[in-house]
Amino acid sequence: MKKCTRCDNKPATLHITDIQDGVVEALHLCQSCAEEYFESAEQAPNIEEPVAFADKLPEIPDIEVDSEHANLICPNCGISFAEFRSKGRLGCPHDYISFEEELLPLLENIHGGTQHVGKYPKRAPDASRKQFELIRLRNELNLAVEDEDYEEAARLRDTIKNISQNAGEDEQVSETET
Amino acid sequence: MDLESLTNTSGEWLRANGPESDIVISCRVRLARNLAQFPFPNKASDSVLDEIETCLHDTISKSTIGKPLSYFKVNDLDELDRQFLVERQLISREHSQGLGSRSVSVSEEENISLMVNEEDHLRIQVLHSGFALKDCWNEIDQLDDAIEEHVTYAFSEKFGYLTSCPTNVGTGIRVSVMLHLPALVITKEIQKVFQALQKINLAVRGLYGEGSQAMGDFYQISNQSTLGESEEKIINNIEEVVPRIIEYERRARVALLEENKQNLHDQISRAYGILQNAQTISSEETMHLLSSVRMGINLGLIDDLKIPTVNELFIHTQPAHLQKIQKEKLDTGERNTSRAAYLRKRLNNGTDHSQN
Repeated sequence: MKKCTRCDNKPATLHITDIQDGVVEALHLCQSCAEEYFESAEQAPNIEEPVAFADKLPEIPDIEVDSEHANLICPNCGISFAEFRSKGRLGCPHDYISFEEELLPLLENIHGGTQHVGKYPKRAPDASRKQFELIRLRNELNLAVEDEDYEEAARLRDTIKNISQNAGEDEQVSETET
Repeated sequence: MDLESLTNTSGEWLRANGPESDIVISCRVRLARNLAQFPFPNKASDSVLDEIETCLHDTISKSTIGKPLSYFKVNDLDELDRQFLVERQLISREHSQGLGSRSVSVSEEENISLMVNEEDHLRIQVLHSGFALKDCWNEIDQLDDAIEEHVTYAFSEKFGYLTSCPTNVGTGIRVSVMLHLPALVITKEIQKVFQALQKINLAVRGLYGEGSQAMGDFYQISNQSTLGESEEKIINNIEEVVPRIIEYERRARVALLEENKQNLHDQISRAYGILQNAQTISSEETMHLLSSVRMGINLGLIDDLKIPTVNELFIHTQPAHLQKIQKEKLDTGERNTSRAAYLRKRLNNGTDHSQN
């Protein structure tokens, strides 16, 4: 059996290929030298990096893209889906429509969900805001039922009923007007 | 506010006056927002970046923020000043190293920062001392509303707030809590915390990103997903789990004391001694020793130093801060000497007279 390349004493049980800045080094280490090696590798942070909240997470998962989808281009900003995949950044808000089909599996993978729940801009057109509110409330209702929180579920049902009735009345008013 | 005067002060979030601030250094909420009518910054030409910057600067100026803001044109600052703002957590590393017209507006207490033309058109950040996520959320929610009165955000009913990177789409929220967990590191229990948090889809990282041993035993917990759950739900998830980690850390500290108080006291006193007397010291060693001292204060083993001072030293001993304090460029060796001198000065004044 090969001897440890570091202490030249005990038999090497771990074989490591270390690549740093393109320089490849083969290491054959015994158990105790290997432990030391991993410890020192772990404790080698870049000391120039400041104490800061890191903001780069999570990574975009690597899902294969076939050429048909890769060549899709957003008519608004001109970015191709392939360009997005290589850079990890979209070109404009419209990309979410242009690449919707391609983005859905990615979003599912990253977030678990594909339907926004939560805050929405106050300036959104009134009708779509109501629609949006309904989507949110129905989602919350499902969760409340799942959690067996029937009091909350009843409250949500009432709210949903109110909003949809109001929306219906608006429509009727506009119908009689026209 | 000018950058030179900041070297004598520290942000509100370092003052350890928030809840659980023996273990929770600070908490932060940030929102990613984009204007509907412009391409994202990475696809915008220089002139469009200028236009976005002007538009958002005007908007921020006329929005009811409730607090005066200082404005810095980041692309006009030199590298040292940009690094300085990163160390203070007022801008991200990406913003510091970005291209084209970009800026940051900062409140006097340094709780609020609004970055324009980072990865997204607008990144709003609110920081608070200790474990006060609801305060962060209420404040940032109002800020967001105030700005939105003047602009149209890129938003879809399906995908929520649209962002340059799909990892932020939906709520555009990143909620983070910075924890100091030295006892869990010493007792090697930290790995269990990591595993438990990963299971519930929260990210844990040391200060230096993934894979590296956390310097100063600081760990940051944040949400991974931003689409499919409301802001309140995301915040609640973190609010539920953090007290359990705090409890776990406190128990580990008690266990360390019970096991061998003399040994622990010795280690902490030695750490304090080195910081008070060293003639040259690296950033890494400083962080490591300050971490021991910080825990020592919390355990009552050091009584002439206060937590806000230690918190401040973590920031003020960073490279750009040292160079701003010295008012000259320093190489690594010079910084180590300067850092040791600064620590001796700050830690040998007898009783700590700092605020709090």
